[in-house]
Amino acid sequence: MDFAEIAFRVFAVATIAWGLGVILSRNPVHSVLCLIMAFISTAGLFVLIGAEYLAFLLVVVYVGAVAVLFLFVVMMLDVDFEELRAGYAKYIPAGIIVSVVLMVEIGFIAMSWTSGEGIIFDGPMERAAAPDGPNNAEQLGMVLYTDYVHYFQIAGLILLVAMIGAILLTFRERRGIKTQDVGAQVARTREEAVEVVSVPTGKGI
Amino acid sequence: MIGLSDYLLVAGLLFAIGVVGIFLNRKNVIIILMSIELMLLAVNINFVAFSMFLGDIKGQVFAFMILTVAAAEAAIGLAILVTFFRNRGDISVETANTMKN
Repeated sequence: MDFAEIAFRVFAVATIAWGLGVILSRNPVHSVLCLIMAFISTAGLFVLIGAEYLAFLLVVVYVGAVAVLFLFVVMMLDVDFEELRAGYAKYIPAGIIVSVVLMVEIGFIAMSWTSGEGIIFDGPMERAAAPDGPNNAEQLGMVLYTDYVHYFQIAGLILLVAMIGAILLTFRERRGIKTQDVGAQVARTREEAVEVVSVPTGKGI
Repeated sequence: MIGLSDYLLVAGLLFAIGVVGIFLNRKNVIIILMSIELMLLAVNINFVAFSMFLGDIKGQVFAFMILTVAAAEAAIGLAILVTFFRNRGDISVETANTMKN
Protein backbone atom coordinates (compact mmCIF):
# COMPACT_ATOMS: atom_id res chain seq x y z
CA MET A 1 0.00 0.00 0.00
CA ASP A 2 1.66 3.18 -1.14
CA PHE A 3 1.25 6.67 0.22
CA ALA A 4 -1.46 7.72 -2.26
CA GLU A 5 -3.64 4.78 -1.30
CA ILE A 6 -3.29 5.42 2.43
CA ALA A 7 -4.07 9.10 1.89
CA PHE A 8 -7.11 8.21 -0.21
CA ARG A 9 -8.47 5.94 2.52
CA VAL A 10 -7.93 8.60 5.18
CA PHE A 11 -9.60 11.34 3.16
CA ALA A 12 -12.48 9.09 2.06
CA VAL A 13 -13.25 7.97 5.60
CA ALA A 14 -12.90 11.55 6.83
CA THR A 15 -15.31 12.82 4.16
CA ILE A 16 -17.95 10.24 5.07
CA ALA A 17 -17.49 10.75 8.81
CA TRP A 18 -17.77 14.55 8.61
CA GLY A 19 -20.76 14.18 6.30
CA LEU A 20 -22.46 12.04 8.92
CA GLY A 21 -21.56 14.68 11.48
CA VAL A 22 -23.40 17.30 9.42
CA ILE A 23 -26.72 15.49 9.56
CA LEU A 24 -26.44 13.95 13.03
CA SER A 25 -25.03 16.63 15.32
CA ARG A 26 -27.43 18.33 17.70
CA ASN A 27 -26.01 21.80 17.42
CA PRO A 28 -26.28 23.46 13.97
CA VAL A 29 -22.99 25.27 14.57
CA HIS A 30 -21.32 21.87 14.88
CA SER A 31 -23.08 20.87 11.66
CA VAL A 32 -21.55 23.81 9.82
CA LEU A 33 -18.10 23.03 11.21
CA CYS A 34 -18.52 19.38 10.11
CA LEU A 35 -19.53 20.68 6.67
CA ILE A 36 -16.33 22.71 6.49
CA MET A 37 -14.26 19.64 7.40
CA ALA A 38 -16.11 17.55 4.79
CA PHE A 39 -15.24 20.15 2.15
CA ILE A 40 -11.58 20.14 3.18
CA SER A 41 -11.44 16.32 3.09
CA THR A 42 -13.00 16.36 -0.38
CA ALA A 43 -10.39 18.90 -1.46
CA GLY A 44 -7.80 16.37 -0.32
CA LEU A 45 -9.45 13.72 -2.51
CA PHE A 46 -9.35 16.12 -5.46
CA VAL A 47 -5.65 16.84 -4.93
CA LEU A 48 -4.96 13.09 -4.80
CA ILE A 49 -6.67 12.52 -8.13
CA GLY A 50 -4.83 15.44 -9.71
CA ALA A 51 -7.55 18.09 -9.89
CA GLU A 52 -5.69 20.73 -7.90
CA TYR A 53 -7.52 23.74 -9.27
CA LEU A 54 -10.96 22.50 -8.21
CA ALA A 55 -9.53 21.46 -4.84
CA PHE A 56 -8.31 24.97 -4.12
CA LEU A 57 -11.52 26.44 -5.51
CA LEU A 58 -13.44 24.20 -3.12
CA VAL A 59 -11.46 25.48 -0.15
CA VAL A 60 -11.68 29.13 -1.20
CA VAL A 61 -15.30 29.25 -2.37
CA TYR A 62 -17.00 26.66 -0.19
CA VAL A 63 -15.07 26.98 3.05
CA GLY A 64 -14.31 30.66 2.67
CA ALA A 65 -17.68 31.88 1.43
CA VAL A 66 -20.55 29.40 1.55
CA ALA A 67 -19.77 27.72 4.87
CA VAL A 68 -19.04 31.05 6.55
CA LEU A 69 -22.36 32.35 5.19
CA PHE A 70 -24.06 29.34 6.77
CA LEU A 71 -22.26 30.05 10.02
CA PHE A 72 -23.40 33.68 9.97
CA VAL A 73 -27.03 32.71 9.41
CA VAL A 74 -27.01 29.95 12.06
CA MET A 75 -25.58 32.31 14.64
CA MET A 76 -27.77 35.25 13.60
CA LEU A 77 -31.12 33.46 13.79
CA ASP A 78 -32.37 33.20 17.33
CA VAL A 79 -34.06 29.82 17.02
CA ASP A 80 -34.64 27.09 19.56
CA PHE A 81 -32.94 24.29 17.68
CA GLU A 82 -33.85 21.67 20.26
CA GLU A 83 -37.51 22.26 19.48
CA LEU A 84 -36.80 21.76 15.78
CA ARG A 85 -35.39 18.33 16.55
CA ALA A 86 -38.63 17.12 18.09
CA GLY A 87 -39.86 13.99 16.33
CA TYR A 88 -36.37 13.31 15.08
CA ALA A 89 -36.56 9.60 15.87
CA LYS A 90 -39.82 9.27 13.97
CA TYR A 91 -38.05 9.76 10.65
CA ILE A 92 -35.13 7.40 11.26
CA PRO A 93 -36.81 4.27 9.74
CA ALA A 94 -37.79 6.13 6.57
CA GLY A 95 -34.29 7.56 6.34
CA ILE A 96 -32.67 4.15 6.74
CA ILE A 97 -34.93 2.59 4.08
CA VAL A 98 -34.20 5.35 1.59
CA SER A 99 -30.47 5.23 2.28
CA VAL A 100 -30.34 1.44 1.86
CA VAL A 101 -32.20 1.60 -1.45
CA LEU A 102 -29.95 4.41 -2.66
CA MET A 103 -26.80 2.61 -1.58
CA VAL A 104 -27.82 -0.62 -3.33
CA GLU A 105 -28.54 1.25 -6.54
CA ILE A 106 -25.33 3.28 -6.40
CA GLY A 107 -23.38 0.16 -5.44
CA PHE A 108 -24.59 -1.66 -8.54
CA ILE A 109 -23.34 1.18 -10.72
CA ALA A 110 -20.05 1.68 -8.88
CA MET A 111 -19.16 -1.99 -8.85
CA SER A 112 -20.15 -2.81 -12.41
CA TRP A 113 -18.26 0.06 -14.02
CA THR A 114 -16.19 -1.09 -16.97
CA SER A 115 -14.50 1.11 -19.49
CA GLY A 116 -15.76 1.03 -23.03
CA GLU A 117 -13.82 -0.04 -26.08
CA GLY A 118 -10.92 2.16 -27.05
CA ILE A 119 -10.87 4.27 -23.91
CA ILE A 120 -7.40 4.61 -22.52
CA PHE A 121 -7.91 3.89 -18.87
CA ASP A 122 -4.63 4.70 -17.24
CA GLY A 123 -4.81 5.89 -13.68
CA PRO A 124 -4.66 9.61 -13.04
CA MET A 125 -1.80 9.16 -10.60
CA GLU A 126 0.52 7.96 -13.34
CA ARG A 127 -0.55 10.74 -15.64
CA ALA A 128 -0.15 13.36 -12.93
CA ALA A 129 3.35 12.09 -12.27
CA ALA A 130 4.42 13.03 -15.78
CA PRO A 131 6.06 16.44 -15.35
CA ASP A 132 5.83 17.63 -18.95
CA GLY A 133 2.72 19.21 -20.39
CA PRO A 134 0.37 21.82 -18.93
CA ASN A 135 -0.80 21.41 -15.36
CA ASN A 136 -4.38 21.08 -14.25
CA ALA A 137 -5.17 24.79 -13.91
CA GLU A 138 -3.62 25.53 -17.32
CA GLN A 139 -5.63 22.75 -18.97
CA LEU A 140 -8.83 24.03 -17.40
CA GLY A 141 -8.07 27.59 -18.43
CA MET A 142 -7.38 26.56 -22.01
CA VAL A 143 -10.87 25.13 -22.47
CA LEU A 144 -12.79 27.39 -20.07
CA TYR A 145 -11.97 30.65 -21.88
CA THR A 146 -12.23 29.25 -25.41
CA ASP A 147 -14.63 26.35 -25.90
CA TYR A 148 -16.75 27.10 -22.84
CA VAL A 149 -16.58 30.88 -22.74
CA HIS A 150 -20.36 31.19 -23.06
CA TYR A 151 -20.91 28.85 -20.13
CA PHE A 152 -18.37 30.88 -18.20
CA GLN A 153 -20.29 34.08 -18.89
CA ILE A 154 -23.60 32.44 -18.03
CA ALA A 155 -22.05 31.38 -14.72
CA GLY A 156 -21.16 35.00 -14.07
CA LEU A 157 -24.72 36.02 -14.94
CA ILE A 158 -26.11 33.42 -12.51
CA LEU A 159 -23.95 34.85 -9.75
CA LEU A 160 -25.08 38.38 -10.60
CA VAL A 161 -28.76 37.38 -10.51
CA ALA A 162 -28.21 35.51 -7.23
CA MET A 163 -26.50 38.54 -5.73
CA ILE A 164 -29.29 40.91 -6.77
CA GLY A 165 -31.90 38.44 -5.52
CA ALA A 166 -30.22 37.97 -2.15
CA ILE A 167 -29.88 41.73 -1.64
CA LEU A 168 -33.49 42.35 -2.68
CA LEU A 169 -34.77 39.61 -0.37
CA THR A 170 -32.94 40.80 2.71
CA PHE A 171 -33.10 44.54 2.05
CA ARG A 172 -35.38 46.23 4.53
CA GLU A 173 -36.53 49.80 4.16
CA ARG A 174 -36.98 51.08 7.66
CA ARG A 175 -39.34 53.98 8.12
CA GLY A 176 -39.46 56.44 10.96
CA ILE A 177 -35.76 56.56 11.69
CA LYS A 178 -33.55 59.60 11.32
CA THR A 179 -31.10 59.23 8.51
CA GLN A 180 -29.17 61.61 6.36
CA ASP A 181 -31.04 62.66 3.18
CA VAL A 182 -28.24 63.52 0.79
CA GLY A 183 -30.61 64.61 -1.99
CA ALA A 184 -32.37 67.13 0.20
CA GLN A 185 -29.04 68.46 1.43
CA VAL A 186 -27.63 68.95 -2.03
CA ALA A 187 -30.86 70.47 -3.40
CA ARG A 188 -30.85 73.32 -0.89
CA THR A 189 -30.38 76.75 -2.38
CA ARG A 190 -28.91 79.84 -0.82
CA GLU A 191 -32.28 81.59 -0.72
CA GLU A 192 -34.01 79.04 1.48
CA ALA A 193 -31.01 78.29 3.65
CA VAL A 194 -29.60 81.68 4.58
CA GLU A 195 -31.47 84.78 5.58
CA VAL A 196 -29.66 88.07 6.00
CA VAL A 197 -31.28 90.41 8.46
CA SER A 198 -30.08 93.83 9.45
CA VAL A 199 -30.45 94.12 13.20
CA PRO A 200 -31.02 97.56 14.65
CA THR A 201 -28.51 98.40 17.32
CA GLY A 202 -29.71 97.77 20.86
CA LYS A 203 -33.06 96.20 19.93
CA GLY A 204 -32.47 92.61 18.86
CA ILE A 205 -34.62 90.83 16.36
CA MET B 1 -4.35 0.88 -6.68
CA ILE B 2 -7.24 3.29 -6.30
CA GLY B 3 -9.78 2.80 -9.04
CA LEU B 4 -12.68 4.81 -10.33
CA SER B 5 -15.14 2.69 -8.37
CA ASP B 6 -13.53 3.76 -5.08
CA TYR B 7 -14.25 7.39 -5.88
CA LEU B 8 -17.76 6.53 -7.06
CA LEU B 9 -18.37 4.67 -3.81
CA VAL B 10 -17.31 7.65 -1.70
CA ALA B 11 -19.50 9.96 -3.78
CA GLY B 12 -22.43 7.56 -3.56
CA LEU B 13 -22.12 7.32 0.23
CA LEU B 14 -21.94 11.10 0.51
CA PHE B 15 -25.01 11.50 -1.71
CA ALA B 16 -26.95 8.98 0.40
CA ILE B 17 -25.93 10.87 3.55
CA GLY B 18 -27.29 14.03 2.00
CA VAL B 19 -30.63 12.39 1.17
CA VAL B 20 -30.94 10.89 4.65
CA GLY B 21 -30.08 14.27 6.14
CA ILE B 22 -33.09 15.79 4.42
CA PHE B 23 -35.27 12.98 5.80
CA LEU B 24 -33.95 13.19 9.35
CA ASN B 25 -33.93 16.96 9.79
CA ARG B 26 -37.27 17.68 8.22
CA LYS B 27 -38.01 20.70 10.36
CA ASN B 28 -34.67 22.42 10.24
CA VAL B 29 -34.22 24.31 6.97
CA ILE B 30 -30.57 25.11 7.65
CA ILE B 31 -29.63 21.44 7.92
CA ILE B 32 -31.66 20.71 4.78
CA LEU B 33 -29.68 23.35 2.88
CA MET B 34 -26.46 21.81 4.19
CA SER B 35 -27.63 18.36 3.06
CA ILE B 36 -28.21 19.78 -0.42
CA GLU B 37 -24.65 21.12 -0.34
CA LEU B 38 -23.42 17.62 0.56
CA MET B 39 -25.32 16.11 -2.38
CA LEU B 40 -23.87 18.68 -4.79
CA LEU B 41 -20.43 17.90 -3.39
CA ALA B 42 -20.99 14.19 -4.11
CA VAL B 43 -21.96 15.02 -7.69
CA ASN B 44 -18.81 17.11 -7.99
CA ILE B 45 -16.69 14.18 -6.80
CA ASN B 46 -18.29 12.02 -9.49
CA PHE B 47 -17.62 14.57 -12.21
CA VAL B 48 -14.00 15.08 -11.19
CA ALA B 49 -13.35 11.34 -10.83
CA PHE B 50 -14.75 10.55 -14.27
CA SER B 51 -12.93 13.54 -15.73
CA MET B 52 -9.56 12.45 -14.40
CA PHE B 53 -9.95 8.74 -15.07
CA LEU B 54 -11.13 9.26 -18.64
CA GLY B 55 -8.53 11.95 -19.28
CA ASP B 56 -11.11 14.52 -20.34
CA ILE B 57 -10.98 18.00 -18.81
CA LYS B 58 -14.62 18.77 -19.69
CA GLY B 59 -15.88 17.08 -16.53
CA GLN B 60 -14.03 19.63 -14.44
CA VAL B 61 -15.66 22.45 -16.39
CA PHE B 62 -19.00 20.94 -15.43
CA ALA B 63 -17.90 20.66 -11.80
CA PHE B 64 -16.94 24.34 -12.00
CA MET B 65 -20.47 25.21 -13.14
CA ILE B 66 -21.99 23.12 -10.34
CA LEU B 67 -19.81 25.00 -7.87
CA THR B 68 -21.19 28.29 -9.20
CA VAL B 69 -24.79 27.16 -9.03
CA ALA B 70 -24.31 25.74 -5.53
CA ALA B 71 -22.90 29.04 -4.30
CA ALA B 72 -25.81 30.96 -5.84
CA GLU B 73 -28.30 28.50 -4.39
CA ALA B 74 -26.83 28.80 -0.91
CA ALA B 75 -26.94 32.60 -1.08
CA ILE B 76 -30.56 32.71 -2.26
CA GLY B 77 -31.67 29.97 0.14
CA LEU B 78 -30.17 31.69 3.14
CA ALA B 79 -31.62 35.05 2.06
CA ILE B 80 -35.08 33.48 1.86
CA LEU B 81 -34.47 31.90 5.26
CA VAL B 82 -33.53 35.22 6.86
CA THR B 83 -36.58 36.94 5.38
CA PHE B 84 -38.79 34.07 6.49
CA PHE B 85 -37.41 34.21 10.02
CA ARG B 86 -37.87 37.98 10.15
CA ASN B 87 -41.52 37.65 9.18
CA ARG B 88 -42.45 34.68 11.34
CA GLY B 89 -39.99 34.36 14.19
CA ASP B 90 -39.17 30.70 13.55
CA ILE B 91 -37.93 28.54 10.70
CA SER B 92 -40.15 25.49 11.02
CA VAL B 93 -40.85 23.90 7.64
CA GLU B 94 -44.17 22.47 8.75
CA THR B 95 -45.83 25.85 9.05
CA ALA B 96 -44.10 27.24 5.99
CA ASN B 97 -47.30 27.27 3.93
CA THR B 98 -48.09 30.69 5.41
CA MET B 99 -45.55 32.04 2.95
CA LYS B 100 -48.17 31.70 0.22
CA ASN B 101 -49.56 35.20 0.54
